[in-house]
Amino acid sequence: MTELLPQHQIDEFRAKAAAVEHPHELIVDVLRAIQSHHGWVPDAGIDLVAEVLGVLPVEIEELATFYDKIFRRPVGKRVIHVCDSICCWANGGEAIVAHLQSSLGIGFGETTGDGIFTLLPTCCLGACGDAPAMMVGLTTHGRLTPARIDAILAQYRAEVAK
Amino acid sequence: MSDYPQILFRNRRPGATAFMSEYAAGGGYQGLRKALSMTPAEVRELVKASGLRGRGGAGFPTGVKWSFFPEERGEKYLLANGDEMEPGTYKDHQLLLADPHQMVEGMVIAAYAMQIPHGYVFLRYAYEECARNVERAIAEAEEKGYLGRDILGSGFGFDLHVHRSAGRYILGEETALINGLEGRRPNPRSKPPFPAQRGLFGKPTNVNNIETYANVPHIVVNGADWYKALARTPEGAGTMLVGLSGHLNRTECVELPMGIPLREVIEQVGGGVRGGRTFKACLPGGASTPFLAASQLDTPLDHVHLEQAGSRLGTAGVTVFDETTCMVAATLNLARFFARESCGWCTPCRDGLQVIVWLLEEIEAGRGHADQIAMLRDQVKNIRGRSFCALAEGAMGPVGALLEHFGDELQDHVKRGRCPFK
Repeated sequence: MTELLPQHQIDEFRAKAAAVEHPHELIVDVLRAIQSHHGWVPDAGIDLVAEVLGVLPVEIEELATFYDKIFRRPVGKRVIHVCDSICCWANGGEAIVAHLQSSLGIGFGETTGDGIFTLLPTCCLGACGDAPAMMVGLTTHGRLTPARIDAILAQYRAEVAK
Repeated sequence: MSDYPQILFRNRRPGATAFMSEYAAGGGYQGLRKALSMTPAEVRELVKASGLRGRGGAGFPTGVKWSFFPEERGEKYLLANGDEMEPGTYKDHQLLLADPHQMVEGMVIAAYAMQIPHGYVFLRYAYEECARNVERAIAEAEEKGYLGRDILGSGFGFDLHVHRSAGRYILGEETALINGLEGRRPNPRSKPPFPAQRGLFGKPTNVNNIETYANVPHIVVNGADWYKALARTPEGAGTMLVGLSGHLNRTECVELPMGIPLREVIEQVGGGVRGGRTFKACLPGGASTPFLAASQLDTPLDHVHLEQAGSRLGTAGVTVFDETTCMVAATLNLARFFARESCGWCTPCRDGLQVIVWLLEEIEAGRGHADQIAMLRDQVKNIRGRSFCALAEGAMGPVGALLEHFGDELQDHVKRGRCPFK
Protein backbone atom coordinates (compact mmCIF):
# COMPACT_ATOMS: atom_id res chain seq x y z
CA MET A 1 0.00 0.00 0.00
CA THR A 2 3.03 2.36 0.10
CA GLU A 3 3.50 2.56 -3.67
CA LEU A 4 1.10 5.03 -5.33
CA LEU A 5 0.70 3.20 -8.62
CA PRO A 6 2.62 0.29 -10.22
CA GLN A 7 5.14 1.40 -12.86
CA HIS A 8 3.36 -0.43 -15.70
CA GLN A 9 0.17 1.53 -14.99
CA ILE A 10 2.11 4.80 -14.86
CA ASP A 11 3.61 3.93 -18.26
CA GLU A 12 0.17 3.08 -19.65
CA PHE A 13 -1.28 6.41 -18.54
CA ARG A 14 1.74 8.26 -19.96
CA ALA A 15 1.16 6.57 -23.31
CA LYS A 16 -2.56 7.36 -23.22
CA ALA A 17 -1.88 11.01 -22.30
CA ALA A 18 0.46 11.30 -25.27
CA ALA A 19 -2.14 9.78 -27.59
CA VAL A 20 -5.17 11.90 -26.65
CA GLU A 21 -5.78 15.51 -27.59
CA HIS A 22 -7.02 16.48 -24.11
CA PRO A 23 -5.03 14.76 -21.31
CA HIS A 24 -7.33 16.37 -18.69
CA GLU A 25 -9.98 13.80 -19.56
CA LEU A 26 -7.78 11.14 -17.90
CA ILE A 27 -7.53 12.89 -14.50
CA VAL A 28 -10.40 11.03 -12.85
CA ASP A 29 -9.15 7.72 -14.30
CA VAL A 30 -5.67 8.20 -12.82
CA LEU A 31 -7.05 9.38 -9.46
CA ARG A 32 -9.27 6.30 -9.30
CA ALA A 33 -6.36 4.05 -10.24
CA ILE A 34 -4.17 5.51 -7.48
CA GLN A 35 -6.96 5.14 -4.96
CA SER A 36 -7.66 1.59 -6.04
CA HIS A 37 -3.99 0.67 -5.55
CA HIS A 38 -2.98 2.85 -2.61
CA GLY A 39 -6.31 3.15 -0.81
CA TRP A 40 -6.44 6.95 -0.89
CA VAL A 41 -4.83 9.89 -2.68
CA PRO A 42 -2.06 11.69 -0.73
CA ASP A 43 -0.41 14.95 -1.86
CA ALA A 44 2.23 12.90 -3.66
CA GLY A 45 -0.62 11.28 -5.62
CA ILE A 46 -1.85 14.68 -6.81
CA ASP A 47 1.70 15.51 -7.94
CA LEU A 48 2.02 12.14 -9.69
CA VAL A 49 -1.19 12.66 -11.72
CA ALA A 50 -0.03 16.17 -12.65
CA GLU A 51 3.38 14.92 -13.75
CA VAL A 52 2.07 11.91 -15.72
CA LEU A 53 -0.57 13.93 -17.57
CA GLY A 54 1.46 17.14 -17.90
CA VAL A 55 -1.14 19.35 -16.21
CA LEU A 56 -1.01 21.64 -13.16
CA PRO A 57 -1.38 20.11 -9.66
CA VAL A 58 -4.15 22.61 -8.86
CA GLU A 59 -6.17 21.21 -11.77
CA ILE A 60 -5.95 17.78 -10.14
CA GLU A 61 -6.67 19.05 -6.63
CA GLU A 62 -9.80 20.94 -7.65
CA LEU A 63 -11.23 17.65 -8.94
CA ALA A 64 -9.97 15.46 -6.11
CA THR A 65 -11.68 17.70 -3.58
CA PHE A 66 -14.89 17.97 -5.61
CA TYR A 67 -15.70 14.28 -6.00
CA ASP A 68 -16.88 12.68 -2.77
CA LYS A 69 -15.66 9.22 -3.80
CA ILE A 70 -12.01 10.38 -4.03
CA PHE A 71 -10.39 10.22 -0.60
CA ARG A 72 -7.77 12.85 0.27
CA ARG A 73 -7.23 11.43 3.75
CA PRO A 74 -6.29 7.91 4.85
CA VAL A 75 -9.23 5.51 4.99
CA GLY A 76 -9.71 1.95 6.17
CA LYS A 77 -9.21 -1.07 3.94
CA ARG A 78 -12.95 -1.14 3.28
CA VAL A 79 -14.92 2.11 2.95
CA ILE A 80 -18.59 1.83 3.88
CA HIS A 81 -20.92 4.36 2.24
CA VAL A 82 -24.32 4.14 3.89
CA CYS A 83 -27.23 5.77 2.07
CA ASP A 84 -29.11 8.52 3.92
CA SER A 85 -31.43 9.55 1.07
CA ILE A 86 -35.21 9.43 1.06
CA CYS A 87 -36.03 5.78 0.21
CA CYS A 88 -33.57 4.41 2.75
CA TRP A 89 -34.77 7.01 5.28
CA ALA A 90 -38.36 5.83 4.72
CA ASN A 91 -37.28 2.26 5.38
CA GLY A 92 -35.50 2.69 8.68
CA GLY A 93 -32.23 4.10 7.37
CA GLU A 94 -31.58 6.08 10.56
CA ALA A 95 -31.66 2.87 12.63
CA ILE A 96 -29.30 1.24 10.12
CA VAL A 97 -26.82 4.10 10.52
CA ALA A 98 -27.12 3.86 14.32
CA HIS A 99 -26.45 0.11 14.19
CA LEU A 100 -23.38 0.58 11.96
CA GLN A 101 -21.99 3.29 14.22
CA SER A 102 -22.51 1.31 17.41
CA SER A 103 -21.23 -2.02 16.10
CA LEU A 104 -18.15 -0.37 14.51
CA GLY A 105 -17.73 2.01 17.45
CA ILE A 106 -17.12 4.98 15.15
CA GLY A 107 -18.96 8.00 13.80
CA PHE A 108 -19.12 9.32 10.23
CA GLY A 109 -15.72 10.15 8.79
CA GLU A 110 -13.90 7.88 11.24
CA THR A 111 -11.93 4.65 10.83
CA THR A 112 -12.04 1.65 13.14
CA GLY A 113 -9.01 1.12 15.39
CA ASP A 114 -8.03 -2.03 13.48
CA GLY A 115 -7.89 0.03 10.27
CA ILE A 116 -10.46 -2.11 8.48
CA PHE A 117 -13.52 0.11 8.08
CA THR A 118 -14.19 3.80 7.38
CA LEU A 119 -17.83 4.91 7.64
CA LEU A 120 -19.24 7.67 5.41
CA PRO A 121 -22.76 8.84 4.54
CA THR A 122 -23.68 8.96 0.87
CA CYS A 123 -26.56 10.10 -1.25
CA CYS A 124 -28.81 7.59 -3.02
CA LEU A 125 -26.97 4.52 -4.34
CA GLY A 126 -29.59 3.62 -6.95
CA ALA A 127 -30.75 0.62 -4.94
CA CYS A 128 -34.05 2.20 -3.85
CA GLY A 129 -36.10 -0.95 -4.39
CA ASP A 130 -33.78 -2.74 -1.95
CA ALA A 131 -33.69 0.00 0.71
CA PRO A 132 -32.05 0.39 3.15
CA ALA A 133 -28.72 0.02 1.37
CA MET A 134 -24.99 0.59 1.77
CA MET A 135 -21.97 0.24 -0.50
CA VAL A 136 -18.74 -1.39 0.70
CA GLY A 137 -15.92 -0.66 -1.72
CA LEU A 138 -17.73 -0.96 -5.06
CA THR A 139 -20.32 -3.53 -3.94
CA THR A 140 -23.84 -2.50 -2.96
CA HIS A 141 -25.72 -4.41 -0.27
CA GLY A 142 -29.48 -3.90 0.09
CA ARG A 143 -32.39 -4.97 2.28
CA LEU A 144 -30.21 -4.32 5.32
CA THR A 145 -31.18 -5.43 8.82
CA PRO A 146 -28.94 -5.32 11.89
CA ALA A 147 -28.35 -9.09 11.53
CA ARG A 148 -27.48 -8.79 7.85
CA ILE A 149 -25.09 -5.92 8.56
CA ASP A 150 -23.30 -8.01 11.20
CA ALA A 151 -22.91 -10.88 8.72
CA ILE A 152 -21.63 -8.55 5.97
CA LEU A 153 -19.11 -6.88 8.30
CA ALA A 154 -17.88 -10.31 9.48
CA GLN A 155 -17.42 -11.37 5.86
CA TYR A 156 -15.28 -8.30 5.08
CA ARG A 157 -13.24 -8.75 8.26
CA ALA A 158 -12.48 -12.32 7.20
CA GLU A 159 -11.62 -11.14 3.65
CA VAL A 160 -9.17 -8.54 4.98
CA ALA A 161 -7.61 -11.04 7.41
CA LYS A 162 -6.66 -13.34 4.51
CA MET B 1 -47.55 -8.00 -14.50
CA SER B 2 -47.53 -9.97 -17.75
CA ASP B 3 -50.49 -7.83 -18.87
CA TYR B 4 -48.21 -4.87 -19.51
CA PRO B 5 -46.27 -4.89 -22.79
CA GLN B 6 -42.59 -5.51 -22.06
CA ILE B 7 -40.30 -3.76 -24.53
CA LEU B 8 -37.20 -2.60 -22.65
CA PHE B 9 -37.42 -5.46 -20.14
CA ARG B 10 -38.28 -8.19 -22.66
CA ASN B 11 -34.92 -9.92 -22.10
CA ARG B 12 -34.86 -9.34 -18.34
CA ARG B 13 -34.19 -12.46 -16.24
CA PRO B 14 -33.55 -12.52 -12.49
CA GLY B 15 -29.84 -12.33 -11.74
CA ALA B 16 -28.79 -12.50 -15.41
CA THR B 17 -27.67 -10.09 -18.12
CA ALA B 18 -28.61 -10.52 -21.78
CA PHE B 19 -25.50 -10.12 -23.94
CA MET B 20 -25.06 -10.40 -27.72
CA SER B 21 -26.34 -13.93 -28.42
CA GLU B 22 -29.58 -13.39 -26.50
CA TYR B 23 -30.02 -9.81 -27.70
CA ALA B 24 -29.48 -10.77 -31.35
CA ALA B 25 -31.83 -13.76 -31.04
CA GLY B 26 -34.58 -11.38 -29.92
CA GLY B 27 -34.13 -9.16 -32.99
CA GLY B 28 -31.29 -7.03 -31.63
CA TYR B 29 -29.49 -4.70 -34.07
CA GLN B 30 -32.31 -5.03 -36.63
CA GLY B 31 -33.12 -1.42 -35.75
CA LEU B 32 -29.60 -0.38 -36.66
CA ARG B 33 -29.76 -2.24 -40.00
CA LYS B 34 -33.06 -0.54 -40.78
CA ALA B 35 -31.82 2.91 -39.68
CA LEU B 36 -28.76 2.61 -41.95
CA SER B 37 -31.11 2.03 -44.90
CA MET B 38 -32.82 5.34 -44.13
CA THR B 39 -31.39 8.85 -44.39
CA PRO B 40 -30.28 10.51 -41.12
CA ALA B 41 -33.11 13.06 -41.53
CA GLU B 42 -35.66 10.24 -41.86
CA VAL B 43 -34.44 8.69 -38.60
CA ARG B 44 -34.72 12.04 -36.81
CA GLU B 45 -38.23 12.56 -38.20
CA LEU B 46 -39.28 9.07 -37.10
CA VAL B 47 -38.09 9.65 -33.54
CA LYS B 48 -39.83 13.03 -33.51
CA ALA B 49 -43.08 11.47 -34.76
CA SER B 50 -42.92 8.73 -32.08
CA GLY B 51 -43.43 11.28 -29.31
CA LEU B 52 -40.47 9.90 -27.31
CA ARG B 53 -39.58 12.26 -24.47
CA GLY B 54 -36.34 12.22 -22.50
CA ARG B 55 -36.30 9.84 -19.55
CA GLY B 56 -33.63 11.66 -17.55
CA GLY B 57 -35.96 14.05 -15.77
CA ALA B 58 -36.63 17.07 -17.96
CA GLY B 59 -38.82 15.20 -20.44
CA PHE B 60 -37.78 17.18 -23.51
CA PRO B 61 -39.01 15.65 -26.82
CA THR B 62 -36.03 13.63 -28.07
CA GLY B 63 -36.64 14.01 -31.81
CA VAL B 64 -37.02 17.77 -31.41
CA LYS B 65 -33.67 17.92 -29.58
CA TRP B 66 -32.06 15.92 -32.38
CA SER B 67 -33.58 18.18 -35.06
CA PHE B 68 -31.71 21.21 -33.59
CA PHE B 69 -28.38 19.42 -33.87
CA PRO B 70 -25.90 20.70 -36.48
CA GLU B 71 -25.84 18.37 -39.47
CA GLU B 72 -22.40 19.27 -40.84
CA ARG B 73 -19.87 16.47 -40.53
CA GLY B 74 -16.99 17.01 -38.11
CA GLU B 75 -15.90 16.48 -34.53
CA LYS B 76 -19.13 16.01 -32.57
CA TYR B 77 -20.03 13.95 -29.53
CA LEU B 78 -22.90 11.76 -28.35
CA LEU B 79 -23.19 11.27 -24.59
CA ALA B 80 -25.29 8.89 -22.50
CA ASN B 81 -26.09 10.32 -19.09
CA GLY B 82 -25.87 7.46 -16.58
CA ASP B 83 -25.18 9.55 -13.51
CA GLU B 84 -28.59 8.47 -12.08
CA MET B 85 -28.23 9.93 -8.60
CA GLU B 86 -31.73 11.35 -8.10
CA PRO B 87 -33.00 9.68 -4.92
CA GLY B 88 -35.76 7.21 -5.76
CA THR B 89 -34.33 6.52 -9.23
CA TYR B 90 -32.77 3.18 -10.11
CA LYS B 91 -34.19 2.33 -13.54
CA ASP B 92 -31.03 2.84 -15.63
CA HIS B 93 -29.24 0.62 -13.11
CA GLN B 94 -31.80 -2.14 -13.72
CA LEU B 95 -31.79 -1.58 -17.49
CA LEU B 96 -28.01 -1.96 -17.75
CA LEU B 97 -28.02 -5.00 -15.48
CA ALA B 98 -30.71 -6.64 -17.66
CA ASP B 99 -29.96 -5.75 -21.27
CA PRO B 100 -27.14 -3.24 -22.01
CA HIS B 101 -27.12 -3.71 -25.81
CA GLN B 102 -30.35 -1.71 -26.23
CA MET B 103 -28.59 1.47 -25.11
CA VAL B 104 -25.56 0.71 -27.31
CA GLU B 105 -27.74 0.10 -30.38
CA GLY B 106 -29.82 3.20 -29.61
CA MET B 107 -26.65 5.28 -29.37
CA VAL B 108 -25.34 4.03 -32.72
CA ILE B 109 -28.68 4.89 -34.35
CA ALA B 110 -28.69 8.33 -32.67
CA ALA B 111 -25.10 8.90 -33.80
CA TYR B 112 -26.08 8.03 -37.37
CA ALA B 113 -29.15 10.30 -37.21
CA MET B 114 -26.94 13.24 -36.19
CA GLN B 115 -23.75 12.11 -38.01
CA ILE B 116 -21.71 12.01 -34.80
CA PRO B 117 -18.40 10.09 -34.83
CA HIS B 118 -17.64 9.72 -31.08
CA GLY B 119 -19.61 8.70 -28.01
CA TYR B 120 -19.20 8.30 -24.26
CA VAL B 121 -21.32 6.46 -21.71
CA PHE B 122 -21.03 8.37 -18.43
CA LEU B 123 -21.65 6.12 -15.43
CA ARG B 124 -21.76 6.94 -11.74
CA TYR B 125 -19.27 5.50 -9.24
CA ALA B 126 -21.78 3.10 -7.68
CA TYR B 127 -22.59 1.37 -11.01
CA GLU B 128 -19.40 -0.64 -11.51
CA GLU B 129 -21.33 -3.74 -12.61
CA CYS B 130 -23.17 -1.66 -15.22
CA ALA B 131 -19.84 -0.25 -16.45
CA ARG B 132 -18.52 -3.79 -16.97
CA ASN B 133 -21.73 -4.82 -18.77
CA VAL B 134 -21.51 -1.82 -21.11
CA GLU B 135 -17.82 -2.46 -21.80
CA ARG B 136 -18.63 -6.05 -22.73
CA ALA B 137 -21.56 -4.95 -24.92
CA ILE B 138 -19.31 -2.43 -26.69
CA ALA B 139 -16.66 -5.10 -27.33
CA GLU B 140 -19.30 -7.49 -28.69
CA ALA B 141 -20.77 -4.78 -30.92
CA GLU B 142 -17.30 -3.89 -32.25
CA GLU B 143 -16.68 -7.54 -33.07
CA LYS B 144 -19.93 -7.73 -35.06
CA GLY B 145 -19.20 -4.49 -36.92
CA TYR B 146 -22.01 -2.52 -35.21
CA LEU B 147 -19.42 -0.08 -33.88
CA GLY B 148 -16.22 1.09 -35.53
CA ARG B 149 -14.99 2.79 -38.66
CA ASP B 150 -17.39 1.48 -41.28
CA ILE B 151 -20.55 0.17 -39.61
CA LEU B 152 -22.06 -2.72 -41.63
CA GLY B 153 -20.46 -1.36 -44.79
CA SER B 154 -22.45 1.89 -44.60
CA GLY B 155 -19.41 4.14 -44.61
CA PHE B 156 -20.61 5.61 -41.30
CA GLY B 157 -18.24 5.30 -38.34
CA PHE B 158 -18.84 5.66 -34.59
CA ASP B 159 -16.71 4.75 -31.57
CA LEU B 160 -18.03 4.42 -28.03
CA HIS B 161 -16.24 4.62 -24.65
CA VAL B 162 -17.15 4.26 -20.97
CA HIS B 163 -16.35 6.96 -18.39
CA ARG B 164 -16.48 5.99 -14.70
CA SER B 165 -17.22 8.96 -12.46
CA ALA B 166 -16.38 9.52 -8.80
CA GLY B 167 -19.54 10.78 -7.11
CA ARG B 168 -21.70 13.94 -6.78
CA TYR B 169 -25.30 14.41 -7.93
CA ILE B 170 -24.50 17.58 -9.88
CA LEU B 171 -22.74 15.52 -12.58
CA GLY B 172 -26.22 14.53 -13.81
CA GLU B 173 -26.71 18.13 -14.98
CA GLU B 174 -25.65 17.86 -18.62
CA THR B 175 -23.13 20.72 -18.69
CA ALA B 176 -21.59 19.61 -15.37
CA LEU B 177 -21.34 16.13 -16.90
CA ILE B 178 -19.52 17.60 -19.90
CA ASN B 179 -17.05 19.34 -17.57
CA GLY B 180 -16.65 16.05 -15.70
CA LEU B 181 -15.81 14.20 -18.93
CA GLU B 182 -13.30 16.89 -19.89
CA GLY B 183 -11.61 16.60 -16.50
CA ARG B 184 -12.62 20.12 -15.46
CA ARG B 185 -14.26 20.97 -12.14
CA PRO B 186 -17.86 19.82 -12.68
CA ASN B 187 -19.78 23.02 -12.00
CA PRO B 188 -22.53 23.55 -14.59
CA ARG B 189 -21.84 25.86 -17.52
CA SER B 190 -24.00 28.79 -18.54
CA LYS B 191 -26.52 28.19 -21.31
CA PRO B 192 -26.45 29.46 -24.04
CA PRO B 193 -24.38 28.22 -25.71
CA PHE B 194 -26.25 24.92 -25.45
CA PRO B 195 -24.30 21.66 -25.76
CA ALA B 196 -25.67 21.21 -29.30
CA GLN B 197 -23.66 24.29 -30.26
CA ARG B 198 -20.66 24.08 -27.92
CA GLY B 199 -20.43 21.00 -25.71
CA LEU B 200 -17.68 18.49 -25.03
CA PHE B 201 -14.27 19.94 -25.95
CA GLY B 202 -16.15 22.90 -27.46
CA LYS B 203 -17.79 20.72 -30.12
CA PRO B 204 -21.51 20.08 -30.82
CA THR B 205 -22.70 17.49 -28.30
CA ASN B 206 -25.96 15.59 -27.82
CA VAL B 207 -26.80 14.32 -24.34
CA ASN B 208 -29.62 11.86 -23.63
CA ASN B 209 -30.48 9.57 -20.76
CA ILE B 210 -29.68 5.85 -20.97
CA GLU B 211 -33.33 4.74 -21.11
CA THR B 212 -34.04 7.32 -23.82
CA TYR B 213 -31.44 5.75 -26.13
CA ALA B 214 -32.71 2.25 -25.28
CA ASN B 215 -36.13 3.13 -26.72
CA VAL B 216 -34.75 4.15 -30.11
CA PRO B 217 -34.10 0.70 -31.71
CA HIS B 218 -37.67 -0.37 -30.91
CA ILE B 219 -39.11 2.79 -32.46
CA VAL B 220 -37.05 2.26 -35.64
CA VAL B 221 -38.12 -1.38 -35.97
CA ASN B 222 -41.82 -0.97 -35.10
CA GLY B 223 -42.62 2.59 -36.13
CA ALA B 224 -43.91 5.78 -34.54
CA ASP B 225 -47.58 4.77 -34.46
CA TRP B 226 -46.82 1.50 -32.67
CA TYR B 227 -44.76 3.40 -30.09
CA LYS B 228 -47.43 6.02 -29.46
CA ALA B 229 -50.08 3.32 -29.08
CA LEU B 230 -48.17 1.67 -26.23
CA ALA B 231 -49.26 4.56 -23.97
CA ARG B 232 -52.59 4.64 -22.14
CA THR B 233 -53.15 8.33 -22.84
CA PRO B 234 -52.99 10.27 -26.12
CA GLU B 235 -50.65 12.71 -24.35
CA GLY B 236 -48.11 9.95 -23.62
CA ALA B 237 -46.02 7.72 -25.87
CA GLY B 238 -44.33 4.40 -25.24
CA THR B 239 -43.57 2.56 -22.04
CA MET B 240 -41.46 3.77 -19.11
CA LEU B 241 -39.33 2.10 -16.47
CA VAL B 242 -40.88 2.88 -13.10
CA GLY B 243 -38.78 2.40 -9.97
CA LEU B 244 -41.07 1.69 -7.02
CA SER B 245 -39.79 2.50 -3.54
CA GLY B 246 -40.86 3.56 -0.07
CA HIS B 247 -43.79 2.07 1.83
CA LEU B 248 -45.10 -0.36 -0.81
CA ASN B 249 -45.45 -4.12 -0.58
CA ARG B 250 -43.60 -4.54 -3.85
CA THR B 251 -40.62 -2.22 -4.40
CA GLU B 252 -39.28 -3.23 -7.80
CA CYS B 253 -38.43 -1.60 -11.07
CA VAL B 254 -41.19 -2.35 -13.60
CA GLU B 255 -41.95 -1.46 -17.21
CA LEU B 256 -45.37 0.17 -17.49
CA PRO B 257 -47.30 1.98 -20.20
CA MET B 258 -46.96 5.77 -20.15
CA GLY B 259 -50.19 7.28 -18.84
CA ILE B 260 -51.04 4.48 -16.39
CA PRO B 261 -53.01 5.96 -13.45
CA LEU B 262 -51.02 6.41 -10.25
CA ARG B 263 -53.67 4.43 -8.35
CA GLU B 264 -53.09 1.34 -10.51
CA VAL B 265 -49.33 1.64 -9.96
CA ILE B 266 -49.72 1.90 -6.18
CA GLU B 267 -52.52 -0.60 -5.61
CA GLN B 268 -51.94 -3.25 -8.26
CA VAL B 269 -48.34 -3.10 -9.45
CA GLY B 270 -46.93 -2.07 -6.07
CA GLY B 271 -49.29 -4.37 -4.17
CA GLY B 272 -50.65 -1.52 -2.07
CA VAL B 273 -49.21 0.26 0.93
CA ARG B 274 -47.25 -1.96 3.31
CA GLY B 275 -48.81 -3.21 6.54
CA GLY B 276 -52.35 -2.40 5.38
CA ARG B 277 -51.68 1.29 6.04
CA THR B 278 -53.10 4.21 4.09
CA PHE B 279 -51.41 6.12 1.28
CA LYS B 280 -50.45 9.63 2.34
CA ALA B 281 -48.25 11.04 -0.43
CA CYS B 282 -45.70 10.13 -3.06
CA LEU B 283 -42.90 11.59 -5.07
CA PRO B 284 -44.01 10.62 -8.60
CA GLY B 285 -40.70 11.06 -10.40
CA GLY B 286 -37.75 11.32 -8.04
CA ALA B 287 -36.63 13.61 -5.22
CA SER B 288 -37.03 16.84 -7.18
CA THR B 289 -40.67 16.32 -8.14
CA PRO B 290 -43.44 17.88 -6.00
CA PHE B 291 -45.35 15.46 -3.74
CA LEU B 292 -48.74 14.23 -4.88
CA ALA B 293 -51.39 13.82 -2.16
CA ALA B 294 -54.04 11.07 -1.80
CA SER B 295 -56.62 13.24 -3.60
CA GLN B 296 -54.43 13.03 -6.76
CA LEU B 297 -54.25 9.23 -7.04
CA ASP B 298 -56.22 9.18 -10.29
CA THR B 299 -53.60 11.22 -12.13
CA PRO B 300 -52.27 9.43 -15.21
CA LEU B 301 -48.48 9.10 -15.14
CA ASP B 302 -47.42 11.05 -18.20
CA HIS B 303 -45.63 14.38 -18.60
CA VAL B 304 -48.73 16.41 -19.45
CA HIS B 305 -51.07 15.11 -16.73
CA LEU B 306 -48.44 15.30 -13.98
CA GLU B 307 -47.66 18.90 -14.89
CA GLN B 308 -51.39 19.69 -14.76
CA ALA B 309 -51.40 18.12 -11.28
CA GLY B 310 -48.59 20.46 -10.20
CA SER B 311 -45.81 17.92 -10.33
CA ARG B 312 -43.56 16.26 -12.93
CA LEU B 313 -42.90 12.77 -14.31
CA GLY B 314 -39.16 13.35 -13.78
CA THR B 315 -37.38 10.00 -13.80
CA ALA B 316 -40.56 8.01 -12.96
CA GLY B 317 -39.15 6.87 -9.62
CA VAL B 318 -42.27 6.58 -7.45
CA THR B 319 -41.55 6.83 -3.71
CA VAL B 320 -44.59 6.22 -1.52
CA PHE B 321 -45.16 7.46 2.03
CA ASP B 322 -47.76 5.97 4.36
CA GLU B 323 -49.98 7.72 6.91
CA THR B 324 -47.36 7.44 9.69
CA THR B 325 -44.83 9.55 7.75
CA CYS B 326 -44.08 13.06 8.96
CA MET B 327 -44.01 15.09 5.75
CA VAL B 328 -41.89 17.80 7.42
CA ALA B 329 -39.25 15.19 8.27
CA ALA B 330 -39.45 13.69 4.77
CA THR B 331 -39.00 17.12 3.18
CA LEU B 332 -36.11 17.86 5.56
CA ASN B 333 -34.38 14.66 4.40
CA LEU B 334 -34.81 15.75 0.76
CA ALA B 335 -33.63 19.30 1.49
CA ARG B 336 -30.50 18.01 3.25
CA PHE B 337 -29.71 15.91 0.19
CA PHE B 338 -29.93 18.88 -2.17
CA ALA B 339 -28.00 21.18 0.20
CA ARG B 340 -25.15 18.66 0.51
CA GLU B 341 -25.06 17.96 -3.24
CA SER B 342 -25.08 21.64 -4.23
CA CYS B 343 -21.88 22.31 -6.18
CA GLY B 344 -21.55 25.68 -4.43
CA TRP B 345 -21.31 27.73 -7.61
CA CYS B 346 -24.27 30.09 -7.11
CA THR B 347 -25.54 31.79 -3.96
CA PRO B 348 -29.27 30.90 -4.14
CA CYS B 349 -28.34 27.21 -4.15
CA ARG B 350 -25.22 27.15 -1.93
CA ASP B 351 -26.63 29.43 0.79
CA GLY B 352 -30.36 29.36 0.06
CA LEU B 353 -30.74 25.61 0.48
CA GLN B 354 -28.97 25.81 3.86
CA VAL B 355 -31.62 28.27 5.01
CA ILE B 356 -34.38 25.89 3.89
CA VAL B 357 -32.69 23.07 5.84
CA TRP B 358 -32.36 25.28 8.96
CA LEU B 359 -36.04 26.32 8.85
CA LEU B 360 -37.24 22.73 8.42
CA GLU B 361 -34.91 21.56 11.22
CA GLU B 362 -36.30 24.20 13.58
CA ILE B 363 -39.90 23.28 12.76
CA GLU B 364 -39.32 19.51 12.90
CA ALA B 365 -37.51 19.83 16.25
CA GLY B 366 -40.46 21.75 17.71
CA ARG B 367 -38.53 25.01 18.02
CA GLY B 368 -40.27 26.65 15.07
CA HIS B 369 -42.47 29.75 15.13
CA ALA B 370 -45.39 30.61 12.85
CA ASP B 371 -43.31 33.33 11.20
CA GLN B 372 -40.77 30.66 10.21
CA ILE B 373 -43.42 28.98 8.06
CA ALA B 374 -43.83 32.35 6.34
CA MET B 375 -40.05 32.57 6.02
CA LEU B 376 -40.02 29.12 4.41
CA ARG B 377 -42.58 30.32 1.88
CA ASP B 378 -40.50 33.46 1.17
CA GLN B 379 -37.30 31.50 0.86
CA VAL B 380 -38.86 29.20 -1.77
CA LYS B 381 -39.76 32.34 -3.74
CA ASN B 382 -36.22 33.70 -3.28
CA ILE B 383 -34.65 30.57 -4.74
CA ARG B 384 -37.07 29.80 -7.58
CA GLY B 385 -35.95 31.18 -10.92
CA ARG B 386 -32.72 32.57 -9.45
CA SER B 387 -30.30 29.63 -9.40
CA PHE B 388 -27.65 28.94 -12.04
CA CYS B 389 -28.92 25.45 -12.90
CA ALA B 390 -31.89 23.20 -12.20
CA LEU B 391 -30.58 21.70 -8.92
CA ALA B 392 -32.03 24.32 -6.55
CA GLU B 393 -35.13 24.64 -8.71
CA GLY B 394 -35.72 20.90 -8.29
CA ALA B 395 -35.04 21.13 -4.56
CA MET B 396 -37.94 23.57 -4.28
CA GLY B 397 -40.37 20.99 -5.77
CA PRO B 398 -41.05 19.02 -2.60
CA VAL B 399 -40.74 22.10 -0.33
CA GLY B 400 -43.38 23.93 -2.39
CA ALA B 401 -45.66 20.88 -2.28
CA LEU B 402 -45.18 20.58 1.51
CA LEU B 403 -46.45 24.16 1.87
CA GLU B 404 -49.29 23.54 -0.56
CA HIS B 405 -50.60 20.11 0.50
CA PHE B 406 -49.36 19.69 4.07
CA GLY B 407 -49.48 23.22 5.49
CA ASP B 408 -51.58 21.89 8.39
CA GLU B 409 -48.73 19.55 9.37
CA LEU B 410 -46.31 22.47 9.48
CA GLN B 411 -48.80 24.42 11.66
CA ASP B 412 -49.27 21.42 13.91
CA HIS B 413 -45.51 21.16 14.59
CA VAL B 414 -45.41 24.84 15.57
CA LYS B 415 -48.58 24.72 17.70
CA ARG B 416 -47.57 21.62 19.67
CA GLY B 417 -43.90 22.54 19.87
CA ARG B 418 -42.95 19.02 18.78
CA CYS B 419 -43.26 16.61 15.87
CA PRO B 420 -46.76 15.08 16.09
CA PHE B 421 -45.47 11.85 14.54
CA LYS B 422 -42.92 11.08 17.26
